[in-house]
Amino acid sequence: MSKETNHIKAQERVAKEIPPKAEKNQEKKQKGFVPCLLIGISVIFFLIMLVFPLVEVIYRSLKDGFAAYKNAITASNTLSALQVTLIATLIAVAVNTLFGLCAAWLLTKFEFRGKQVLSTLIDIPFSISPVIAGLAYIMTFGRMGWATPLVEWLNDIFGTNISFVFSVPGVVLATIFVTFPFVSRELVPVMQAQGSAEEEAAAMMGAKGLTIFKRVTFPHIRWALLYGMILCCARAFGEFGAVYAVSKARGKTFTLPLEIDALYMAGSADSITQAFAVSSLLVLLAIIILVLKQVVEYRGKREQ
Amino acid sequence: MSRKRKKGKRVIPGFGLTMGITVTLLSLLILIPLASVLAYSFRMSGTEFLELITRPNVVQAFMTSIGCAFVAAVVNCVFGLILAWVLVRYEFPGKRLMDGMIELPFALPTAVAGITLSRMYSDQGILGRLLSHMGIQASYSKVGLTIALVFIGIPFVVRALQPVLEKLPHTYEEASEMLGASRSYTFRRVILPELTPALLTGFGLALARGIGEYGSVIYISGNSEKEGTQVVSYIIMQKLNSGSVDYEGAAAIALVLLLISFLLLLFINIVQITAGRRTKQ
Repeated sequence: MSKETNHIKAQERVAKEIPPKAEKNQEKKQKGFVPCLLIGISVIFFLIMLVFPLVEVIYRSLKDGFAAYKNAITASNTLSALQVTLIATLIAVAVNTLFGLCAAWLLTKFEFRGKQVLSTLIDIPFSISPVIAGLAYIMTFGRMGWATPLVEWLNDIFGTNISFVFSVPGVVLATIFVTFPFVSRELVPVMQAQGSAEEEAAAMMGAKGLTIFKRVTFPHIRWALLYGMILCCARAFGEFGAVYAVSKARGKTFTLPLEIDALYMAGSADSITQAFAVSSLLVLLAIIILVLKQVVEYRGKREQ
Repeated sequence: MSRKRKKGKRVIPGFGLTMGITVTLLSLLILIPLASVLAYSFRMSGTEFLELITRPNVVQAFMTSIGCAFVAAVVNCVFGLILAWVLVRYEFPGKRLMDGMIELPFALPTAVAGITLSRMYSDQGILGRLLSHMGIQASYSKVGLTIALVFIGIPFVVRALQPVLEKLPHTYEEASEMLGASRSYTFRRVILPELTPALLTGFGLALARGIGEYGSVIYISGNSEKEGTQVVSYIIMQKLNSGSVDYEGAAAIALVLLLISFLLLLFINIVQITAGRRTKQ
């Protein structure tokens, strides 16, 4: 519907006389050979690459019956992994939302030297291998890491015993790393398009920073913010490479993807079915994420 | 830095606060850890470094990662273009479902995708059986590795193309056809040039993701040194695992991988800046 109106608008801009006829033409053309072929190719590609895998997961997870499925997803290792996954995802989303809001505010409301560099640096985690993220934390906080004495010293002072690798905090850090730019990347274009005139006016009238954000900026960006948080969440619960590097204790610091790996690698037919059973949980989560995303995208577009 | 400009220019509050939080978090979480990798690899001498990254298995892993990611990105450009075109231009039942599901590879954990694809394309899997009749071994070979990377990369290309296609008015094609151009000529000379920047961006993103990919490929590739199906991330991970810990080797390979990522990022930025300039003209 909206595409059609867009299309009409575009045509009106260029040539006002033709639209109705041209549109009819377009609709007729759709029934031709080429569109059918292209739609056919798309549907086949879509089915083989995207739908088949989902069916495969569900089929394999239920192969040994529902009781086996239930046992697999309520095993103590799975539950512990679920807990770690939830903790890591929640903290990652919270930290990256805070960061995303600050970074987007900084990058869109002010002019300063080095802005472009800062914006590029924020995008680093997007383009590097997650394995490198894990490696980076091991080299900073690991046995040979230069920050290890510092962490030990702090632990001595506070009487704590926190370690940033091979522990839950390490898993959380690795998760934050890979999802770092997700929120800011969604917010920056929206806030840029909005401009800062409204905020300036509010500031001139004496509004405080937090009030400006809450009353002026937030209503414009809420859908983009939610969208970024959803993306961040999706990546966080599914992260494998980075977390794999810094998590070694099954049943303690494993996340769901790591638990799946352990079950699958055990190699017996039973454990492979269990791996798929646990996978089906994540498939469900992925589908929920996709639906939420569609909804948020749709609402956001409608409000614009 | 902030003194330079007139203070009055910054009416909106929060510069110091947001700058502080942004820079602190960025440094603590991203830059300092990455700097440790750099520091670690710079501790080696040049010859040591070269020796580590020119070992046969490392060179082969780089060839495999880059080669397969390249092929997968090309495949994705072809199918991504078709999918984006179909999703933007045509109406058919199930279109919205297809549009929503394109991003499944983003949302589905890579480990799940990895084990599923590996089973599907093995000799006993539904698609693997079909392919093995045709004499193609998919799982545990470079073919399977490339299939996994196609799966991972497809949303990058489709999502890069869609907005551009939506903005491309039909009038261009109509004008071209009215002037007597054939359909393929119109596509090659009128539509494709408009799409090239987006296509290149999608290609670059898919390639970057593919080269560093770990979770989705390690199950399907088989990780055999003899058959050259080890990827770079696998080699790094192997060096981190207890038993054969080799931090220096890992850091050296990671450095090369980082360099490749930066080059690709640079390439994408240049493509986008040039494209932005062209549309402004």
